[in-house]
Amino acid sequence: MSDQALKTTPLNAAHRALGARMVGFGGYDMPVQYEGVLAEHRWTREHAGLFDVSHMGQARITGADAIAQFERFVPGDYAIVKPGKQKYSVLLNDQGGIMDDLMAGKPFEDGLYVVVNAGNKDADFAFLNANLSGDAKLEVLDRALLAIQGPEAAEVMAKHAPALGDMGFMDCQTVTLFGEECIVSRSGYTGEDGYEISLPAAAAERVWPLLLSDARVKPIGLGARDSLRLEAGLPLHGHDVDVGTTPVEAGLTFALSKSRKERADFAGAETILKQLADGPARVRVGLHVKEGAPAREGAEIADMDGAVIGKITSGGPSPTLGHNIAMGYVPPAFAELGTALKVLVRGRPAAAEVVATPFVATRYYRKPKA
Amino acid sequence: MKFTKDHEWVRLDGDVATVGISKHAADALGDVVFVETPEAGKTVSVGDSFAVVESVKAASDVYAPIAGEVVEGNAVLASAPETVNADPEGEGWFAKIKVSDASALDGLMDRAAYDAYLTTL
Repeated sequence: MSDQALKTTPLNAAHRALGARMVGFGGYDMPVQYEGVLAEHRWTREHAGLFDVSHMGQARITGADAIAQFERFVPGDYAIVKPGKQKYSVLLNDQGGIMDDLMAGKPFEDGLYVVVNAGNKDADFAFLNANLSGDAKLEVLDRALLAIQGPEAAEVMAKHAPALGDMGFMDCQTVTLFGEECIVSRSGYTGEDGYEISLPAAAAERVWPLLLSDARVKPIGLGARDSLRLEAGLPLHGHDVDVGTTPVEAGLTFALSKSRKERADFAGAETILKQLADGPARVRVGLHVKEGAPAREGAEIADMDGAVIGKITSGGPSPTLGHNIAMGYVPPAFAELGTALKVLVRGRPAAAEVVATPFVATRYYRKPKA
Repeated sequence: MKFTKDHEWVRLDGDVATVGISKHAADALGDVVFVETPEAGKTVSVGDSFAVVESVKAASDVYAPIAGEVVEGNAVLASAPETVNADPEGEGWFAKIKVSDASALDGLMDRAAYDAYLTTL
């Protein structure tokens, strides 16, 4: 894709002014790093990292039928999600394949707020527009999206709006912040405590430096976002999950609500319920790659006899752990924790072991029970 | 020291060439986390992928700028790959190659020509 074809976020000039190295990602010209991936990764784990994720898709689905219509394509029970909360889910096709993963929540009095991946958003929104019936309407929101992530994120945000410190993990509320109507959720994709802040596109250039003016906050590029989410064991659509993967294979069964499984009323339910009953043919696992080069997407996974049994879907060095980690798919017989396997990097076998994910413990903020 | 358009450098001492990647290439790669250097005894031709350098995000091939037999791979890089970032055109060398035809170097750029080439990228 040529640079001319790349879209920009409202913060493009701000990234360039900070000396960011820019790359094409999901159709957008995005910062991959500012001072360096390792330093940015570590800063986020120790302080607070600020990410421009305005390339992601934001939409609102309204109408009396909004939730029932949306639920035809996602296996989460959104009818019972409380106002002010959100829930992770997946957009499914009729075969149970994951068209995208998403967050949907109730920050408004009516309808749902939905956030989807940049590379899929046009297809997702076109699909929903074509398939939502009744009075359900999808409105694409032209808003910026920032993520602030890390152990100091809550203190930084509480300074701007004390009420934000009281939000629990997966709370999603409309909040007046920086004089703007923002949709704030306590979530993110790094494994750290933190927030995602949706704000009017026109306010982004003003708010970005306000957040960065705090010495605890540094701008973080997509390079560290990827290594952080890998350490957190979170799948990336188009890599670890795609339209050829079901939530059962991907280990995302937490996204299948009990009530929805009982009702079996979502796209792909037949395939998914059968896999739940019989077990899938392959499952996503975490691997500790114990020697040699990082095993990246596309590298083959072999058993100890050398027979190829699967493929790596993402992998790289873990800055926090100091060794190479990866995720990939293997038959269930090889998925038990502690199983010794080989990964083939440039044809050379290296020792690996199936380990639990997240690779690095997550630090989502759970409110103390009253 | 001579440079290729693929950002390798070569320095000839007698009939042994030391090769590495330029500072420009090391900066562009970002944090180098792994380097695979060739083993002694391996024969390389010009343009062969003879080493691999990995940053946090990606693996990149390094191409032999000159033909010959590898006499040594830089063992330091196995335990300290970040040497490539710290001193790309010195301690961060990749391999020493016993050169079969030193005239191949004539076609490569000197520092001034390489610096001029970088401004065209």
